[in-house]
Amino acid sequence: MFQPELETMSREALESLQLARLRTQLARVYVNVPLYRRKFDEAGFRPEQLQTLSDLSRVPFTVKDDLREAYPFDMFAVPMRDIVRVHSSSGTTGQVSVVGYTRGDVERWSELMARTLACAGVTADDVVQVAYGYGLFTGGLGAHYGSERLGAMTIPVSGGNTARQAQILKDFGVTVLACTPSYALLIAETAASMGIDVRSLPLRVGVFGAEPWSEGMRDQIEEVMGIRAIDIYGLSEVMGPGVASECVHRNGLHVFEDHFIIEVIDPETMEPVRDGEQGEVVFTTLTKEGIPVIRYRTRDISRIVPGECACGRTFRRMERVTGRTDDMLIIRGVNVYPSQIEQVLMGIPGVAPHYQVVLDKRGSMDTVEVQVEVSPDLEFDEIRELEALQRKVAGAIAATLAVSVDVKLVEPRTIQRSEGKAKRVVDLRTKGA
Amino acid sequence: MLIEQLSVFLQNEKGRLAGMCRILGDAGLDMHALVVADTAEYGVARVICDRPHSARRVLESAGLAVSITRVVAIEIPDRAGGLAEVLECMGTCDINVEYLYCFPRRDGVSAVDIVRVADPDRAAGCLTAGGFTLVHASEIYQPDPA
Repeated sequence: MFQPELETMSREALESLQLARLRTQLARVYVNVPLYRRKFDEAGFRPEQLQTLSDLSRVPFTVKDDLREAYPFDMFAVPMRDIVRVHSSSGTTGQVSVVGYTRGDVERWSELMARTLACAGVTADDVVQVAYGYGLFTGGLGAHYGSERLGAMTIPVSGGNTARQAQILKDFGVTVLACTPSYALLIAETAASMGIDVRSLPLRVGVFGAEPWSEGMRDQIEEVMGIRAIDIYGLSEVMGPGVASECVHRNGLHVFEDHFIIEVIDPETMEPVRDGEQGEVVFTTLTKEGIPVIRYRTRDISRIVPGECACGRTFRRMERVTGRTDDMLIIRGVNVYPSQIEQVLMGIPGVAPHYQVVLDKRGSMDTVEVQVEVSPDLEFDEIRELEALQRKVAGAIAATLAVSVDVKLVEPRTIQRSEGKAKRVVDLRTKGA
Repeated sequence: MLIEQLSVFLQNEKGRLAGMCRILGDAGLDMHALVVADTAEYGVARVICDRPHSARRVLESAGLAVSITRVVAIEIPDRAGGLAEVLECMGTCDINVEYLYCFPRRDGVSAVDIVRVADPDRAAGCLTAGGFTLVHASEIYQPDPA
């Protein structure tokens, strides 16, 4: 554990720390950020009215559009001369939003990422290959500073040049790989084609995040790479990676509650749900100076995992995020997350975990084509075996998601690989509309 | 006794078959027979070629999905009813043919029929007992170890 005195503090001590920090934070943003002052005033809320943590439910929400409209710097809460770094959202969905960090923010972020890596079982003895993109994306530099802070040997490869990634993985005796899960698979595939047996390398841990991935994909990565794969969570609007992380017990992600308050709300009524129930995750930053966010609606769907964790950390855990409401597809009225399709594909031998969903319209009817690669080790000869495989995939998707889809089998390595966040969905429905 | 046939999964798109043939050609692997079974979206190219295991490796390293299937090769007498006799023989052994195709032998006077069945060893036994001549792999292509 990187900071045991904080990570195992009693709930009582934690909540009083949260309350003190929250009050300071609300007072600061009310004074320094016009948007918050306006929102609070409109809601008839004054920061000094917050007496207990449960009063937080009276504070207005912040949404992605607030940050977009503030482009680039309007939500910064400190003078520009105090900002030492900016990043921006990856633009997964629409226009980007810009976030700023003070020297103190960078320091705390490094600590939180060091915590995250320690949570995943990484130590100062490890060799960490950071294959998240370096740049405006928070993944690369976030992981980099955390790894250095932990004292691990840090290799700043950034994303891309996959053959070199595989070569370094082997030549440098890398023990920890940090990247998106889809990129980990691409690195493994590339290594194999170069004759490198990743399973025989010293690599032992994967620290994966920045995109939703299924348990099936985790099994697949662990199998082909011979590692333990750990899920980490963060988003640039809240800080970047290092907001929450799985520990080695892998039963939910510990939210670093001394720096972030997590709430789970019903996205329809906006009321908090009870612990254990699913809803949209909402974060309030407690220590961020550059661009604090108050009750920020992430659009990520999760729930609080009830009970205590065997690792001894007292921070509550959020369940792995399987989808972001932005990624949710509405297909003939049914809500579908791409990761659900992935989970189905993982359970079917003969198809690879690479897929793409193409949405289109035939007349007024939505059509869904799931393109999936046949696995290179598929044993086949007759067309009817392939047709049976196609029907099996379509049947399994229909059974799990309650939507019928067309399945198209494609050759191995023909679905475009991503060096960062995988693009799983191509929506042609709005074209020309 | 049995023949090793490559089955290659190809998308039904322009240039895919050419691509496969080019890979084999560049590796110096001669093809002796090729048939394609196709659907609107994809096809399976069945290939009899020299050094099938080497061929599989070069195709796989180029990213193609490849299987090796054991099939029976029979010398077909070049006269009316020749193939009918072969099929009737397998019928009496209750062997169902999944597919077959034919190509001329290098001598130019007889033909080889490649027959795909569920249990090729049993089919080979049945045909030998029925007096038919099976063609050995080395008579068609250069075999190689797996």
